[in-house]
Amino acid sequence: MNTPTRDPDDTLGAVDADRAYVHLLDQLRTVLADEGRSPILVGVHSGGAWLAERLHADLCLSSPLGYLSSAFHRDDYGSRGLPTNIKPTVLPFDVEGADLIVVDDVLFTGRTARATLNELFDHGRPARVELAVLADRGGRELPISARFVGASVLLGGTHQLVLSQDTQGHFSFRVESGPR
Amino acid sequence: MKISILNGRILIPCERSAPKDDQHGSRADLYIADGRVIAIGDPSSSPSGVLPDGWVPDRVIDARGMLVAPGLVDLAARLREPGFEYRATLESEMQAALVGGVTALVCPPDTDPPLDEPGLVEMLKYRARGLAGAHLYPLGALTVALQGAVITEMAELAEAGCVGFSQANVAMADSQVLLRALQYAKTFGFQVWLQPQDPCLARGGIVHAGPLASRMGLPGIPVIAETVALLTMLELVRVTQARVHFCRLSSAAGVGLVRAAKLEGLPVTCDVSVHHLHVTDQDIGWFDANHRVDPPFRSQRDRDAIRAGLEDGTVDAICSDHTPVDDDAKALPYGEAEPGTTGLELLLPLVLKWATETRTPLARAISTITTGPAAIVGVDQMAGTGAGTLAVGAVADLMIFDPDVLWTVDRNSLVSQGRHTPFLGYELAGRVTTTLVAGQPIFERV
Amino acid sequence: MIRRHPQIDGQGRLRHLLSIDGLPKAMIERVLDTASAFLDVSDRTVKKLPLLRGRSVFNLFFENSTRTRTTFEIAAQRLSADVFNLNISASSASKGESLLDTIDNLAAMNADLFVVRHAQSGAPFLIAQHLDQLGKDVHVINAGDGRHEHPTQALLDAYTIRHFKKNFTGLRIALVGDILHSRVARSNIHALTTLGVPDVRAVGPATLLPGGLESMGVRVFHDMREGLRDVDVVIMLRLQNERMRGALLPSAQEYFKHYGLTPEKLAYAAPDAIVMHPGPMNRGVEIDSAVADGPQAVILSQVTFGIAVRMAVLGMIAA
Repeated sequence: MNTPTRDPDDTLGAVDADRAYVHLLDQLRTVLADEGRSPILVGVHSGGAWLAERLHADLCLSSPLGYLSSAFHRDDYGSRGLPTNIKPTVLPFDVEGADLIVVDDVLFTGRTARATLNELFDHGRPARVELAVLADRGGRELPISARFVGASVLLGGTHQLVLSQDTQGHFSFRVESGPR
Repeated sequence: MKISILNGRILIPCERSAPKDDQHGSRADLYIADGRVIAIGDPSSSPSGVLPDGWVPDRVIDARGMLVAPGLVDLAARLREPGFEYRATLESEMQAALVGGVTALVCPPDTDPPLDEPGLVEMLKYRARGLAGAHLYPLGALTVALQGAVITEMAELAEAGCVGFSQANVAMADSQVLLRALQYAKTFGFQVWLQPQDPCLARGGIVHAGPLASRMGLPGIPVIAETVALLTMLELVRVTQARVHFCRLSSAAGVGLVRAAKLEGLPVTCDVSVHHLHVTDQDIGWFDANHRVDPPFRSQRDRDAIRAGLEDGTVDAICSDHTPVDDDAKALPYGEAEPGTTGLELLLPLVLKWATETRTPLARAISTITTGPAAIVGVDQMAGTGAGTLAVGAVADLMIFDPDVLWTVDRNSLVSQGRHTPFLGYELAGRVTTTLVAGQPIFERV
Repeated sequence: MIRRHPQIDGQGRLRHLLSIDGLPKAMIERVLDTASAFLDVSDRTVKKLPLLRGRSVFNLFFENSTRTRTTFEIAAQRLSADVFNLNISASSASKGESLLDTIDNLAAMNADLFVVRHAQSGAPFLIAQHLDQLGKDVHVINAGDGRHEHPTQALLDAYTIRHFKKNFTGLRIALVGDILHSRVARSNIHALTTLGVPDVRAVGPATLLPGGLESMGVRVFHDMREGLRDVDVVIMLRLQNERMRGALLPSAQEYFKHYGLTPEKLAYAAPDAIVMHPGPMNRGVEIDSAVADGPQAVILSQVTFGIAVRMAVLGMIAA
């Protein structure tokens, strides 16, 4: 399912974000139909939120849509302080016993995913939590994995992978140099 | 001791600026013998005064690049003895005076106990004489314990050496007692030194009452605290014709009242503190307790009026208002900090700074801290000293200074035990290199 | 000498919160935005975030205030900090220990943050500069200094206004009462003018209004009805009995008649105007119960927002 491509530096424009999205959507559609589930999507601000909104529409889900901020459970508060642009967590449903799919744009070290899990658990005990990402760029530092992946790519630690969405709703990836 | 001071420029104080004022003093040599100035001038042309034949000096002082001027006369320097030795001592402060080029100073009576008994005055004068430094002219307390109720034995105190009588900055609430005190002083021809501040209007106040006080949430002392007191005091002067010297004016309105009083012919004079020539309430920054002084620093308009008052002669003299405060008393929230700044070592450089900024001729500027204050104290009182003058035949109370050398005001460079001033950390121009009292070089900067 | 404000470090970060005067607009807005995110924490099952876990927050209240101290304590605990309350009036300071000696002792106990309330204007500045000079990495939050400022109150007031009125531009806001003695008023004036409120008014008798208000960007009114005309926000200030020194007002009754907020006077304001009060209220002195308990009063919301705003300030500073 995942075809890793070795991409040295800056040619990730070659990874078609829209194509990765279609791939991701396919996986979700297939699995949800096979398992007969109607999960709740929760998008991580900001890139994951855009994706979750589009997935929610394309999957024709009737369940509510949630938004998560990882800001309050990050492990780098001591060195970097609070992020400047915090958007609030909004979960318009009962987390207790819920079937959740957390949606994010990029999976890298796994720390953001860990923080979003902590944030979720402050609200209750979900029945299950799975992770869906548009791109998995390797470099895990924690035992975290995503069940649903749009595209896999290997990228050096000195680069950042950033998702953007234009006014028509098209997604695109760009690589920025410099660590997070 | 026979001394030749060579290669310097002589600065003679001049109350009014003459058209051909030389900004840099006039190049001349100066000769001292038996404690007096015996000659000024270049020996090759005719010097004023006479150099004896075979003149061989015991010391030659090279004053190249320096100015030679009369020793400064400071109308207000707190030496903190008796009673406040934890803040400063006679030794350290008299040394600070010499370092600042001050050869005569007046000290206020607010010691502990206050100078309201002849014995205390004699003791103080005796201590000062033993230190071989500046001449000390104490002010006696106007009322017993400065309480404002009972007048002191002014005649006895004068005999012990007091040159005038004062309440320091302890306001007198009872105007009838003040009237009686002025009448009594007039009887003997004594001069009364008063700081005009109405205690009720100033009550609770800490900074100048203006937009800054409102912004900082600090209680203010309004200008009317000074003018209401001045108006009352001027009325009492009109009635008694007592000689009054107003201390530490702080406001434009205050200067205006004294100007009108002088025009009217009332026997009044006044001084300002050298810091008030420069600092305004805005300079407080983030509650810097170095700015806590009495009277407070007021607005820019008030500072400009003080400068104008110096220019037109309304203000007769500038003093240091030297008030050493110990570090603990300043390391407190602003409202609890003790008022006071160090001043003896800053008197000269801050006067030079004012002169440079206002393009005031140096001879005129120096007169505000030499001949001007000497006239307030009175030449008779200062007999036997240089009395702020530099002339052939006069006692050689002199100072030699470099007007251009830059130095940083900090804890290391200050000699006084009082190390608090708004100018801490600033670079100032002007520093004394030698101070002579009665023809002896008592202080020399190495 | 103009120097950098001691609350902002060399990298432009907020190191202490000492005054709204000198706080850039962008930073004020950041506090408000961050507070939004903290608001829902109180509704969660787990009312705690780990941000300040292991940090020691010392509440130093040299002036008594159960209300402000409690909200800071709640805010710090919701961020998992260890909170220590020091009621200084009962301890060493009254025995003659100097303020800075007290601070040195507490800093030696490895405090991370001091929340300071003091009766003297400027005391938190002295404390912050002392700690910075010693090279100690301790942050200071001003919880009210004399008459000078009460920054977190102004921030929560600004948050409340933004919550109900959305935009600051175009608003008319009136502060009513004892502005002379009010640190809340000063902080609010700085916050509102910085945020771009075009019409900030002060209403009160001449004895309770400090000079120089116009230079702070405020319009002065002695007639309360005129002062309230068409305003969108009314901020009532407490009549500070304990700070008045003689001859400022004849009586509370006369004050209420002319400057107390009654439904009749409130009618001069805009119909959807909100009524705010920093608390605690003197009912029947500056505010009528009918208004305090009425539909336009948002006083209890201020309390709720106050916790989120203080969490935001703690979170932004303590890093």
